[in-house]
Amino acid sequence: MQLTGAQILMECLVEQRVDTVFGFPGGTILNVYDALLDYPGIRHILTAHEQGACHAADGYARSTGRVGVCFATSGPGATNLVTGIATAYMDSSPVVCITCNVDLPLLGKDSFQEVDITGVTMPITKCNYLVRDVNDLADTVREAFAIARGGRPGPVLIDIPRNVTLEKTEYEPLTRAQHGMTGKLGRLMKRSSQDFKAPEPDYRDIDILADMIRASEKPLLICGGGVVRARADWEFEEFANRIDAPVGMTVMGAGGFRGLNRLCMGLVGMHGSQASNMAVDACDLLIAVGCRFSDRVALNPAGFARNAKIVQIDIDRSEIDKNVLTAHHIIGDARRVLQLLNERMEQLDHAAWKDYVFSFKTETEYDEADDRLTPSQILDAIARIAPRDAVFATDVGQHQMWAIQHLHFEYSGQLVTSGGFGTMGFGLGAAIGAQVGNPDKVVIHITGDGSFRMNLNELATVEHYDLPIITVLFNNGALGMVRQWQTLTCNGRYSQTTLDRGPDFVKLAEAYGLAGRRVTHVDQLEVALKDAIAGGRGMVIDCAIATDEMVRPMVSGGGNITEFVVD
Amino acid sequence: MNEIKRHTLAVLVDNEAGVLSRVARLFSGKGYNIDSLAVGTTNDPAVSRITIEVLTDERQARLICMQLRKLICVHSVKRLAAERAIRRELVLIKVSAPTHEIRNEIIQIANIFRASIIDVATESLTIALIGDDSKAEAIQKLLNEFGILELVRTGMVALERGQFTIDEQTKEKGEFDYGKNVL
Repeated sequence: MQLTGAQILMECLVEQRVDTVFGFPGGTILNVYDALLDYPGIRHILTAHEQGACHAADGYARSTGRVGVCFATSGPGATNLVTGIATAYMDSSPVVCITCNVDLPLLGKDSFQEVDITGVTMPITKCNYLVRDVNDLADTVREAFAIARGGRPGPVLIDIPRNVTLEKTEYEPLTRAQHGMTGKLGRLMKRSSQDFKAPEPDYRDIDILADMIRASEKPLLICGGGVVRARADWEFEEFANRIDAPVGMTVMGAGGFRGLNRLCMGLVGMHGSQASNMAVDACDLLIAVGCRFSDRVALNPAGFARNAKIVQIDIDRSEIDKNVLTAHHIIGDARRVLQLLNERMEQLDHAAWKDYVFSFKTETEYDEADDRLTPSQILDAIARIAPRDAVFATDVGQHQMWAIQHLHFEYSGQLVTSGGFGTMGFGLGAAIGAQVGNPDKVVIHITGDGSFRMNLNELATVEHYDLPIITVLFNNGALGMVRQWQTLTCNGRYSQTTLDRGPDFVKLAEAYGLAGRRVTHVDQLEVALKDAIAGGRGMVIDCAIATDEMVRPMVSGGGNITEFVVD
Repeated sequence: MNEIKRHTLAVLVDNEAGVLSRVARLFSGKGYNIDSLAVGTTNDPAVSRITIEVLTDERQARLICMQLRKLICVHSVKRLAAERAIRRELVLIKVSAPTHEIRNEIIQIANIFRASIIDVATESLTIALIGDDSKAEAIQKLLNEFGILELVRTGMVALERGQFTIDEQTKEKGEFDYGKNVL
């Protein structure tokens, strides 16, 4: 049948079973929004800002494991997505961004709202496309989705000139199973060197690792973001139990391993627990699953796990030996590799090694006071009251580290956080995406006063779509994480990190049509949380905490992993 | 492992707009200077071949290869070992040649290098030379005393000796087995 470019785009989204799109309309994307009206199966969430839309698509993708989709218009609409795309790229989240550009003949002439967005996003997308011919549109969208979700996931951007959305061509519906057999995608799938197909692990490599584990007396596992992306929770836990090895988590890996498992040591790296970091230093075999040894984990790559053989399990071949030199590696999807390992491993016992590791602290204790809350009090209250399957979205800063250190996550996708890119302002957008993707779950947005003010305009979105998101605001009147660094490295010279200014977050929430509470005591917080969950309506809970509260423990960047600056 | 040396990479890519910048930015983004770059179509009109030479150590060269392979527009990547690769480039040199004697002398030098004279004017001569970098440097040294007016190099192109090609089917398996230090 003959359809316009805009209709073909919609049909292709239906092919991909897309039910939700986040976006913001504009001049060049007009035809796409017009076609959208005829597709009631696709729910559009209008955000306050394109950045919020991109974070929402990202949050949707991370919490559901499906591909998130967002729309934006040309020029400023497209560039507003950039921070969101980079966030998704650093954390390997599958997002497809669709932008429209000026008419093809106007391209390259500095036309109104024109930007070369494919050029801009080249370093932060797995792949991007400028669709010049309407006949290529359907194939391009199919390819984009396959690439976004395939192999190591990541964002993909499709830029469509306005006239292409208007032009008509023959559209032939294809089911998703047929996509890989025809057109460009079919040719791509046949090319054996493409890593976007999850490579089948080499069985010899698996056997070698199994022997290494048997020979090891002090094995250690690191649960990275790859476990979460592969949704390999069950396989990972089974593997950890079998080889009886303590598990350290990276920020991206939180949720991949059940926090209440007796083998869990908590975070590893800069804000890692004493137990994890001491174990990294002492182990004789370190197996990292889906972890790229970023500078926040392997603070000093040369001295990282200096007594151990390091084994890397990753789907992305280019991560091997990138940051830390390894002794062995397995290329493959975390789930598949762990399945194969579980088939081969017998039950092992490392009681002495565990006794050593768990003689160190796995959690931090904070001093309590009457007039304010401590981070652990707030988080403990949340853990007591929130349902066990509640989804948590965080912003970036101290509150993020506290949340990941103290909350015990139970499944992949329960935590949505910007780990690699560290995007302040990510949380609220991500919470919107997580709530839209998980309408039956309680979504809690944990934020700080610095991050929250960056994108709090999305409160309007929360109100309009009746999203019962609970924002728990760790309000210390400062850019806490930067202030912490200033305390530790700048002799307490607090340059531009004091937030001694408005707004009144309670009144602000009310202005947006949401409930707002200010709490200074655990009892008040518990009441507020219970009310929010029972009320089914968005709420901002402003929790006063001490300005000088620090994230503990902490190892400074580049240092040895056991040299704690604060513990 | 950490010794800096020249690495020659052959890359087969889609013959499409924007592909070259995708490939080039992998190098610029990491702060490597591309020593030499040559692009051209192949026997398949949909595929171009890029030959890149870069000065770096072994580990980074591997990493670049792996990252190139990840690009969707890249069909295959092969590192060409110096001892097994045939590398050639074309150099055009315009030399000042105001007198009959000087012209003769330059032509003699060109003959020794099996370079050809492709343009003669009253004041200058243009020479085309095919070879690897040592040959190009040698002739450049000799011609310098006559005054080189202009010089242009195409950048190296390279093929592997013997029956091996960049094609996936004939690629040696060995390249994927690096970094396994336990056996």
